[in-house]
Amino acid sequence: MPTDNLIEIRDVSFGYRDRPVLKGINLTMQRGKVIAIMGGSGCGKTTLLRLIGGQLRPTQGEVRVDGKVIHRLGLTDLYRMRRKMGMLFQFGALFTDLSVFDNVAFQMREHTNLSAEMMHDLVLMKLQAVGLRGAQTLMPHELSGGMARRVALARAIALDPMLVMYDEPFTGLDPISLGVIGNLIRRLTDALGLTSILVTHDVEKSLQIVDYVYFISNGVVEAEGTPEQIRASTLPFVHQFVHAEEDGPVPFHYPAPDYASDLGLGLAK
Amino acid sequence: MKPSKENIIARIGHRSINSIWEMGVTARFLLQILWRSGTSVRRFQLVIREIYASGVLSLIIIVVSGLFVGMVLGLQGYQTLQTYGSENSLGVLVALSLVRELGPVVAALLFASRAGSAITAEVGLMKTTEQLQAMEMMAVDPVARIIAPRFWGGVISMPLLAAIFSMVGVYGGYLVGVVVMGVDDGSFWSQMQSAVNWRDDVLNGVIKSVVFGFAITTIALFQGYDAMPTAEWISRATTRTVVNSSLAILALDFILTSFMFKGM
Repeated sequence: MPTDNLIEIRDVSFGYRDRPVLKGINLTMQRGKVIAIMGGSGCGKTTLLRLIGGQLRPTQGEVRVDGKVIHRLGLTDLYRMRRKMGMLFQFGALFTDLSVFDNVAFQMREHTNLSAEMMHDLVLMKLQAVGLRGAQTLMPHELSGGMARRVALARAIALDPMLVMYDEPFTGLDPISLGVIGNLIRRLTDALGLTSILVTHDVEKSLQIVDYVYFISNGVVEAEGTPEQIRASTLPFVHQFVHAEEDGPVPFHYPAPDYASDLGLGLAK
Repeated sequence: MKPSKENIIARIGHRSINSIWEMGVTARFLLQILWRSGTSVRRFQLVIREIYASGVLSLIIIVVSGLFVGMVLGLQGYQTLQTYGSENSLGVLVALSLVRELGPVVAALLFASRAGSAITAEVGLMKTTEQLQAMEMMAVDPVARIIAPRFWGGVISMPLLAAIFSMVGVYGGYLVGVVVMGVDDGSFWSQMQSAVNWRDDVLNGVIKSVVFGFAITTIALFQGYDAMPTAEWISRATTRTVVNSSLAILALDFILTSFMFKGM
């Protein structure tokens, strides 16, 4: 039975070898919303996306997407589920040997029997939505970072998914491209009625466009709320993050022995 | 568990176990490719694209090398045969050397360094830039869509390139032997025709080059697919493709030759 929540993550733990990344994390994501997952580098944000996409299996707990437990699906069902998901990778991950048009058409060619004319029209519509209809014949190496990200976005929504995941969509973009991508994410989510999950550490832009924010730290949800609640939050971690302070609960210094003794100063005394 | 640096025996053992383990993983990878080759058969244009990438684009180096190897064979063979007054058999010497050994082996070595390294670098970079993961997330199996077509492209190209190498080489030998050194035209070709056996020489040469094709493309694809997604690892993987395939070619050549041409 479909519920309001597209994604439900219950007590999920995950680790690479002996390094735990997520420690019993709980999240729910409503349909039709833009949800941001924030946290410092290496806190397990991307891992979370991989768990939702079924590329990783949780060591404990379960990830439900559209009511189904992802890691219990067989390969055929998992692939069927992934057709309803789009993913925007950090640097676009466009197929370098295919043109812009063919990149967007890729899933249509692989998964559907659409006629060439139909496919042509659909691809142009997707490219028009991201403003790059004029770039259809270019190859990925001819695109700027921001354009590549937009093509990847057009590719992610090619089959009208119910869910689009964005892995650090703002990394390495100039302010204009950053604004363009941010607004596109919001507009497309509303226009196509999808659900968007945004993994990012760009606080400013994401607080402008998202509906709900989860802060992850040390493998658990440290704070959550609407952008207003997050801005007003007095939690030290959130405060440090939102205001980009150098030192705080996340220390500036990597754990090290006492400075003086490391320099051999202790001996002189 | 990593043995300490001091213990040489343990290190040798560690390395041997590692390389045997890697061979096993490579073999499993090959089985996976074969198992998921359905897409390559159904959509053969994917394979044709790869035949172009690894076969057609290797043609220049194959043709030029074949020509020179043939000319050197003609030159050396003529000098030696002339001592015994049998320079009319030059065609036989050139053709047999090429068809049985030099064609498959040298073409394979060139193929490994030209096409094999390109395949490793391409697949490795696709992995680094998350293209393979992106494909997985689009519910498309990268082994079926990316790896298998490259595999079959290489396996089909290899024997064709070896055949072209041998053919050009024979003409190279002809150029030096007949045109320059003055060996009799008729006996060059007719002796070759009567001495070169279709099954024992030509077919065995083709079998060799098919085996080499399997080995090179499997190694190249595995190294690329298995590389850690960093620049350093990709350069290491490319080097290993060339080194490992070359060693594999030479080892396999000895094994195949000892089965094919025993007691001849």
